Amino acid sequence: MTTARPQIDLGPYKYGFRDPELYVYKAKPGLSRRVVEEISDMKGEPQWMRDFRLRALEVFFQKPMPTWGADLSAINFDEIHYYVKPTERQGHSWDEVPDYIKKTFDRLGIPEAERKFLAGVGAQYESEVVYHSLREDLKKKGVIFVDTDTAVREYPDLVRRFFGTVIPPADNKFAALNSAVWSGGSFIYVPPGVRVEIPLQAYFRINAEAMGQFERTLIIADEGSFVHYVEGCTAPVYSKDSLHSAVVELISMRGARLRYTTIQNWSLNVYNLVTKRAVAYEEAVVEWIDANLGSKVTMKYPSVFLMGKGARGDILSVAFANTGQHQDAGGKAIHVAPYTSSTILSKSISKGGGRTSYRGLLKIYEGAKGAKSMVRCDALILDPYSRSDTYPYIEVAEEDVSIGHEAVVAKISEEQLFYLMSRGLTETEAMAMVVNGFIEPFTKTLPMEYAVEMNRLIELQLSGAVG
Amino acid sequence: MTTLSPLLQIEDLHVAVEGKEILRGVSLALYPGEVHALMGPNGSGKSTLAYAIMGHPKYQVTQGRILLKGEDITSATADERARKGLFLAFQYPVAVPGVTLFNLLRTAGRALRGQDLPVVQFRRRIREQANLLKMDESFLQRYVNEGFSGGEKKRAEILQLTVLQPTVAVLDETDSGLDIDALRVVAEGINAFASPANAILLITHYQRILRYVRPRFVHILAEGRIVRSGGPELAEELEARGYEQVLQQVRSQA
Repeated sequence: MTTARPQIDLGPYKYGFRDPELYVYKAKPGLSRRVVEEISDMKGEPQWMRDFRLRALEVFFQKPMPTWGADLSAINFDEIHYYVKPTERQGHSWDEVPDYIKKTFDRLGIPEAERKFLAGVGAQYESEVVYHSLREDLKKKGVIFVDTDTAVREYPDLVRRFFGTVIPPADNKFAALNSAVWSGGSFIYVPPGVRVEIPLQAYFRINAEAMGQFERTLIIADEGSFVHYVEGCTAPVYSKDSLHSAVVELISMRGARLRYTTIQNWSLNVYNLVTKRAVAYEEAVVEWIDANLGSKVTMKYPSVFLMGKGARGDILSVAFANTGQHQDAGGKAIHVAPYTSSTILSKSISKGGGRTSYRGLLKIYEGAKGAKSMVRCDALILDPYSRSDTYPYIEVAEEDVSIGHEAVVAKISEEQLFYLMSRGLTETEAMAMVVNGFIEPFTKTLPMEYAVEMNRLIELQLSGAVG
Repeated sequence: MTTLSPLLQIEDLHVAVEGKEILRGVSLALYPGEVHALMGPNGSGKSTLAYAIMGHPKYQVTQGRILLKGEDITSATADERARKGLFLAFQYPVAVPGVTLFNLLRTAGRALRGQDLPVVQFRRRIREQANLLKMDESFLQRYVNEGFSGGEKKRAEILQLTVLQPTVAVLDETDSGLDIDALRVVAEGINAFASPANAILLITHYQRILRYVRPRFVHILAEGRIVRSGGPELAEELEARGYEQVLQQVRSQA
């Protein structure tokens, strides 16, 4: 594989550096039964997982490409490397991670963040998780935070009970693909009543060209527990496209609260097609906080199934589309039980010809009496070349409900810019301040360190040569 | 009269908005330590002058110059003017949702002073000035001008003035819409700011704020020109006789 091609200039993306490929194993491009069996062999998996993969592969081959959303016609499944194993073993201290990979995560600030404000960290590089840690006190309380491959080996009962139950392989073509070739991702179990007060984080890095990353994440917050999980992701800039197709399943048991935060900042040659879904049982809470800044195309609609009385789901989706990007994002709330409540707040920004779409579903089943939902889409369009659309779907089969829907499209006003510039801010700084204010409902949910980084990313997006 | 050079000098300024000429030759000079009141009826061009001095892109200077500390800023952008020491307190400041007043002050402080702004002292100054303006500290955490009452907006403008400490301040109808208590508080803020090192152009429709902030000069703007200038007694004359009579007199003398 050649990597000699000069890096194309995509402006302010600062995570576009790449490492040499010193891999233990790299699958040939293309997808077949053979590739799936190879992955399963290398992982030494139990038969049930191998069967699960192979069944999913059939589903993937059968299902047509979805054509209802963003344009996916340029994806060439035959060009993608479905499995790349960077190292033989996983490190539990950064010293055990190969130098060149450690250096990458250093540049991304992960070890530093871990020291400062995280309770546990997972770092995935290509297909495998190369580093994992969890604070001792949490281990003692019975908290499990490992990569999903390790979980299959060490916690087979838990994994078998929940794996693929929230998102079955047949859910959609890309969930089927992930189910067939998945590798890595996080597995978290929080025992009843345990509160993990500081965030757990996973970081996903793609390094190779035309790489497919298919992590699989499963989080179970047992009764009355609390956990906040944060994921971030970046990749180098290549001219050939990569594919990131994760499946994330969340289970929030009775009275538990589970918050999942994503800051997606893939390079502009990554298709990001992710299925994220949660179930919330009685009085449980699920919060999806989902920010999409990078990628060429993103299609992602975090969902919550409100299965138990009094369950709550809050989805906050933020999308920033710059030149050449289409962010097709949103959220889905499905009310099955009575007195459930949901909010979906979408904040999108488009610039330099970028396109954002809000796509969402609010569904209330008959019998979900007293259900409450509020859907709000705010779009900010920074110039006349950019575009924003909303596709809100609402299906309500119960009469005793209270729902609201609001959509507002705004432009940055000349008066706002002039006001801030009269206080000494340059035009770019003024624009960044208005945009950061616009997404403040999102930023304020973040730990302070991420909020600062987020504001900086927005400023970079606005100051670059792009657009 | 002082022999120093003016901090703000406006020479024969003509300004058009969307092709329509609003100011038709305004000249003014503000020396260090001076407060000038600019009065005039509605539609006389007072706010246009304020915007033009600050450099609003919609307000086009078609003739004349604006000099700040002797430097021609006629074609400078608003942020360049601010960094050179100019400030405008807006008559109708816009809301900036999601941005706290504290954040705006801090960001503006850094933009104006550069990275070496002493953070701890700066925070202390923000709190002190807020107290002087009888603003609760929680006010600093509210989003800029969002849901502010008229009086709160004016106080927030004066807070920015006293915290950012410009060399030349243009105050555009800062007194309008204030009740008597708020007017007094705001006037105290302006007086606390005024010093021998800076200058203030106080734009107002009414004479009442001039009871608290004493100007050295009063100018009357009508139909895009300064038609009369004088001392504080001119404001009193306006109050006693009204704009119409005073302007009639000006016209008959012309």
